[in-house]
Amino acid sequence: MIAIVDYGVGNLFSLSCSLRSLGAEVLVTGDAGAIRAADKVVLPGVGAFGDAAALLRERGLDRVVVEEARRGKPLLGICLGMQLLFERSLEYGEHPGLGLIPGQVEPIAPVIPRGYKVPHIGWNALRFPAGRPRSGLFRYVEEGECVYFVHSYYASRCDAYVTATAEYGAELTAAVERENVMGVQFHPEKSGAVGLRILRAFCEREGGR
Amino acid sequence: MITKRIIPCLDVKDGRVVKGVNFLGLSDVSSPVELGKAYSDQGADELVFYDITASAEGRALFTDILREVASTIFIPLTVGGGINSVEDFDRVLKCGADKVSVNSGALRDPSLISAAARRYGNQCVVLSVDAKRQDGRFRVFAKGGREDTGLDAIEWIKQGVRSGAGEIVLNSIDTDGVKKGFDLEMLAAVCDAVDVPVIASGGAGRAEDFVTLFETLPKVDAGLAASIFHFGEVRIPDLKRTLRARGINVRL
Repeated sequence: MIAIVDYGVGNLFSLSCSLRSLGAEVLVTGDAGAIRAADKVVLPGVGAFGDAAALLRERGLDRVVVEEARRGKPLLGICLGMQLLFERSLEYGEHPGLGLIPGQVEPIAPVIPRGYKVPHIGWNALRFPAGRPRSGLFRYVEEGECVYFVHSYYASRCDAYVTATAEYGAELTAAVERENVMGVQFHPEKSGAVGLRILRAFCEREGGR
Repeated sequence: MITKRIIPCLDVKDGRVVKGVNFLGLSDVSSPVELGKAYSDQGADELVFYDITASAEGRALFTDILREVASTIFIPLTVGGGINSVEDFDRVLKCGADKVSVNSGALRDPSLISAAARRYGNQCVVLSVDAKRQDGRFRVFAKGGREDTGLDAIEWIKQGVRSGAGEIVLNSIDTDGVKKGFDLEMLAAVCDAVDVPVIASGGAGRAEDFVTLFETLPKVDAGLAASIFHFGEVRIPDLKRTLRARGINVRL
């Protein structure tokens, strides 16, 4: 069972449909007990970091997600859900994140050349860092295959954990991983066949309890 | 590097794709689900669905169809047609739309753009504009191009972006249906005026028109068309290979 954490942000319809299309058993839930009972957890998210982090905390789900991740359960953060995995975000002030991966979330605008639009929106190619083993999440993906991005902030100061990047006038973090905790900046549930292959690799990961 | 997007547009009425469709190899060419899936498999970067249904009953049917498309096709979906309120945004987003396109609804009530952008983010709000040359300027037309609003298109688009529109679809009434290429002059004026992605619509007749579009106006992010894709006059895989061969970055 995969629990998609529902904390009142964003549309979880496509995400649950895409996982179900792979044969996964999926529960969209904001219930702590259900999240603890699941084999894997997906943390989605859209919108502003501060609002999302507050909603997660209000429902007491921040603690649940952190505890389950520390117990070794595979956790996948998607888009804002990935950004929430870090220590902090500098989006409209400074907001603490879940602290599962060292690093912080910063605006894209200062690091890209003029003429590049923000948000970074559209299909962009995945690059895998040289000299590192390929993350299991990308075992069915070739370098250069495109995935769909929509974001104005990116994860920074997390080099040791970066498993994929995308070139947008600067090398932007596209995916991170620290043991059982994974995050993707792009939307695998909107990235066509490539996205489904990434989700399949996540589904196939050994579950933890 | 971000790729240029190719976007087929489906007009849906009473649950079916309208505007004669002649799509090779499909058993049911008028099913939005079948056609959407075929386009997705062929490499369309995004799908646009226009709800051209008049009745409330038709609207409910459209929502069902949208949900079915969104549960089978995992690429970005934009929905337009009959979006007049934040509740309309809510209705289609819950069915799996990623972006919502406003046109007449925003002309009637420009605050719709800011209200929706505040609630769902700028990236969710697409401002679609039907424009036409009038007395040496570009003017906004409403009601599918039948009514001159008197608004200057460039000013209207700038105002829309200031209010929170995250993307512009520019439909040139002058080039629409002519199949002699996109309206490069009008598109250039819009690209100069705003910094959000601009989607070109109206006038594509062959693959070369897309090459010209992206070569002449590197700031244009996407090309949208309907009938040339539906009729198989331009096939998306061929189009993308042509673009790639001409040095334009596309997702293959």
